[in-house]
This record gives sequence, C-alpha cells and structure tokens, in this order.
Amino acid sequence: MAGTIRLTKSDKFFHFFIDAGLVLILAVLIVPIWSTLTLSFRPNDFIGSALDGMFLAPWKWSTAAYRALLGHRSFLSAAGNSFRIFFEGVATALFFTVPLAYALSIKTLPGRKLLYGIVLVPYLFNPGLVPNYLLVTKLGLSNTLAAVFLPGAVSVYNTLIMKSFFEELPEELKESARIDGASELTVLLRIILPLSKPILLTIGLYYGVHFWNDFFNAMLYINDPKLQPLPILLRNILLSSGMNEYVEASAFGEAPIYAIKAASVFLAAIPMLVAYPFIQKYFVKGTMLGSIKG
Amino acid sequence: MSDERTMMEGQSVLLRNPASHALWRRIIRHRSVYLVASISFIYFIIFKYIPIWNAQIAFRDFQALKGVTGSPWVGLKNFSDFVNSYYFWELIRNTVFYSVGKMAFSIPAAVFLAVALYECRIYGLRKTVQTMAYLPHFLSWVIMYAILLAILSPSNGILNDIIKAFGGEPVSFMTDTKYFPWIVILSDTWKETGWSAIIFLAALMGIDPSLFEAASVEGASAWQRVRYITLPAIKPVIVVVLLLRLGTVLDAGFNQIFMLYSLPVYSVADIIDTWIYRQGILEFRFGLATAVGLFKGVFGLLLIVVSNKLIKRYTGNGLY
Repeated sequence: MAGTIRLTKSDKFFHFFIDAGLVLILAVLIVPIWSTLTLSFRPNDFIGSALDGMFLAPWKWSTAAYRALLGHRSFLSAAGNSFRIFFEGVATALFFTVPLAYALSIKTLPGRKLLYGIVLVPYLFNPGLVPNYLLVTKLGLSNTLAAVFLPGAVSVYNTLIMKSFFEELPEELKESARIDGASELTVLLRIILPLSKPILLTIGLYYGVHFWNDFFNAMLYINDPKLQPLPILLRNILLSSGMNEYVEASAFGEAPIYAIKAASVFLAAIPMLVAYPFIQKYFVKGTMLGSIKG
Repeated sequence: MSDERTMMEGQSVLLRNPASHALWRRIIRHRSVYLVASISFIYFIIFKYIPIWNAQIAFRDFQALKGVTGSPWVGLKNFSDFVNSYYFWELIRNTVFYSVGKMAFSIPAAVFLAVALYECRIYGLRKTVQTMAYLPHFLSWVIMYAILLAILSPSNGILNDIIKAFGGEPVSFMTDTKYFPWIVILSDTWKETGWSAIIFLAALMGIDPSLFEAASVEGASAWQRVRYITLPAIKPVIVVVLLLRLGTVLDAGFNQIFMLYSLPVYSVADIIDTWIYRQGILEFRFGLATAVGLFKGVFGLLLIVVSNKLIKRYTGNGLY
C-alpha cells in the first residue's frame, strides 16, 4: 500500500541526526564500562596511561586480579552469602507479594478497599530510618542474612504491578474454574500462576537485583564478617587506600590494587549480567504494563 | 469443621437478614483468599506499621533502656532543635538541588533517547542501545563508584589522563566541592536515563500509526512529524513523570550520595537522609534523627497527595 517513500534531504539529515545521537549515547554508555573492564585486566608490569590501558591487546591481559579474588576466602564466603540473600530473598518476597496482589486483584472480594488502604498507607508515609532500625534490632534479626531482605520483602510498587497483571488475565478462565467448583486458592495455583511466568520473573528480578545490590541494610545489621555479603566486601575493598588483607593477597600475587578493585566489581556484577539478557524482554513488558496502568 | 461452623453462622445471619446473604456468601467463597492474604497482612503489621508506631520517639527523649513507650516526652524539642540548627537550610537546599538537578538532566535525556529509539530505522543499533541503556539501572552504587574511580581517579582515571596529556594537573574530582554536585547529577543521568526512557517509549508505541500516514500524505517532514505528532503524544506522560518526581523531591538518592561522598564535600553533598543516618545510627541521637525522618515523611506525604491531585486533574485518573 505504502510505496517507497522518497526521503527528502531534510529527512535524511533527520535520520543522520537520530542515528548519530544514538551512537554517541552508546559510546557514553560503553566507555566507562570498558575502561573499568580493561583496568581489571591490566598486568602489574603495565607501563603507560589509563588511555593506553583501554587499548591494550586482549592477549596481553592478565587475569591475576580475578585469580587473587577467587582464591580468597573472604570473597568466596561473601559471594555465598550474597547468593543466599538473593534466593532466600526472592522466595520470601514472592511468598508475601503474590497472595497480596492476588487478593487485591479480585474485584468482588469483600474488604478489598480496606486491604488496599492498609497496603497504601506505608507506601505514602515512610516513618524513616530509625523507627525501622529499632524494629529490626528488636526482632533479633541483627547478624542474620534475613535482616538484609526481610524489611524490604514486600514492595508496594511491585505488588501493584503484579495486581494489574492479574487483573488483565481473561476473566472467563477464572470464571470457568469457579463454576467447576474450584476454590479461589486453586484458581490462583492452577490457573493464575502458570499464566503469570513473565510477571513472576520480572518482579522476582526486581526483588533479586535489589537484594543482591543492597549494602545499606547489610551495613546496618550485620557485623559478623562471616555473614558479610558481596557489596559490603566490595565497599571495603574500594574504600581501602592503603594495605589491607585484600592487597596482601595480591602482594605476592602479581595484580595491582586498582585491578583488584575493578575486578571485584565485575565479579559481583556477573550474575546480573548473565541473567539480564534472558529477562530483558520480560521486564520491558512488565514495566510498560506497570507504567501504563500506574 | 470450622468451615461448617462459619457456614452455619452464615445461615443464621442469612435467616435474620436476607440483604447480607450475598455478602456473606462472597466472604465464604473467598475464605482461602483471606487465609493466604493474612500472611501478607501480618507482614505488613509487623514491618510497616510497627515502625510507624515507633516514630513516636520523635516526641520523646529516647533512651534505649526505657524503650519506645518508656522514654520521657519532650514535645517538639527534637523538631525545634533541627529547624533552628545551622545545617537545616543546608540540608534542605542540597536535597532539593539534587532532586531537581537530576530531573533537569535525566528527563530531557530520556525523552530524546525514547524518540531516537522510536525513530531509528537501523535495527541492530536500536537493539544495542536499548540493551546497553537499561543495563546500568541494575548496577548498584558500589559498582558505580568503582566505574567512577576508573574515570575520575587522580592516579588511574582516564579523564585525568587526558588532562595530564594536555599538560594539566590531575584533579581530585570526587573530593572537590566544585565538581562533586556534577558527579552526582551526571552519574545518576548515566545510570537511570535508559530506564526512565521505557515509560516514554511505551507511550510512543501507543501512537496511532494512521497519524503518520496522514502526515506523510500531507508531505510533512520527519522534523515536523516529531514536532507535531510524537512530542505532543508523550507530553501527558512527561507531565505525569514530572509530577511524580515532585512527589519524591525529598528523596535525593541516599545510596548514591552515601557511596560517593566523603568528609571534604559534606557541605555540598549532605542530604536529609545521609544526615539522619549519621545522627541516628552513628551518633545514637535516635530522637533527633527520628524527628527529622518524620519531618521528611510528613512533608513527603503532603507532596505525594498534592502531585496525585494534580495528576488526577490532568489525566483523569490518579495513582491510587
């Protein structure tokens, strides 16, 4: 129907402008990551500026920093703690979020408005850091991994996104199951959840990334070095300017401290980077849904 | 057995008052939903409502041994201590400055990115930029700090390398009050622009394609198309995003500032949240820190209610 549209000079310039803008944005996004990455692979005997380092041939890269970190007890234990926080956190968060979102999505549920109000008040009014700190310490959660994820295990925003997803599912499916005598719980487990994989993945990822990245709760509540998650260890490595145990680990290895710093960051980001392409299509869908429905 | 009992009670209510028949039947039909939702409900009471109860120590001289309800009342003393202190205006100013500054940079950048992605005809370029632009949203500020070091560090940063190559002296950007605010705003723009663009992109996807066909029949240029179709189509979304940001103007990004700041830049870096952390957790001034948190919470509530009212007036439906 639409034949070939001939591009005018101004249209050509328009597309050049757009594409050049995107290439520029891409460069701005990539250069910082690339410079950090090459820093992490820089050998100890490297001579030259950081700019030269960015163009160092890959066959001259040194993996000493990565080997030093992966061979270090503290790093492995921190990584283990982070994985536990990630999986236990996501499971706990979904356990609390899914029923709540489901209850809120049933329009005929008596008391739905009241439940909505109970959920909304803490969303609109945040009493602040100290009242939460008092609660978590009082519950005896200090020096447990649960202290990192339990206070943030239900995000109202995530709950509302999930709720609008449940509302979008075809009503006939739920209705036919109900006519067959299925209870609401069966409807949730047998009909809703199997259809909700995209949203469970998306929301699970939101929670997971949040817990994986969190350093503040861990800093507040965990003093035991054996329970420290990765972000705390990274922070200690990054803020250490002089000698400490992580530097010593590499002192008789051959990695410079700045390489150790950069490498630790990439190791910590790897699980996110690996999971990211698989879930990208889901989170874009999920976020769009959330942002349109509000 | 308890089900039977509720059924029987239901029957008796039904006999006395036929109007509640339907309601009671609905409640019984949903009993399993109440059961599972009550788990989340208990979570909310413990983790969301007890802290609100604890916030009363803002009006008390909190002493750990006496607990929340045992500490003596001091009225508004904690609040007046805060409002009358010399750092009050500094904290408010920094907090608002960072919120508004980030908004001023990241919203136009996100709109440009969304429009450019929408208009781009080169599939590979579009997909690559999209993937790369969303990614930094998932990086923590600890990781961002390492990336910033790789650029800004006086000894190993590429920016300082360039300065040195031109014969300049290396600059310690992160600890300089002149540069620190820019680092905060630009690093946030770098991290979040792609993510913020998603909402605009979603709005663009909703544009009726027949508008573009009509425009090309009329001989409109690509520039005119953007000017008269694309931008007006996302204008409501821009307004809503601006109003949403207005509602959270007191949240200037705790994790970011906390990770990036250091003693030399406190005067330009300290925001309400970082100050609450230092006073409350590091110096144990629980009452004072809670008062400031409560001040922020109440003010934040007002802002959200106002911005929601405005959004409702503007678009016809609000957030809640």
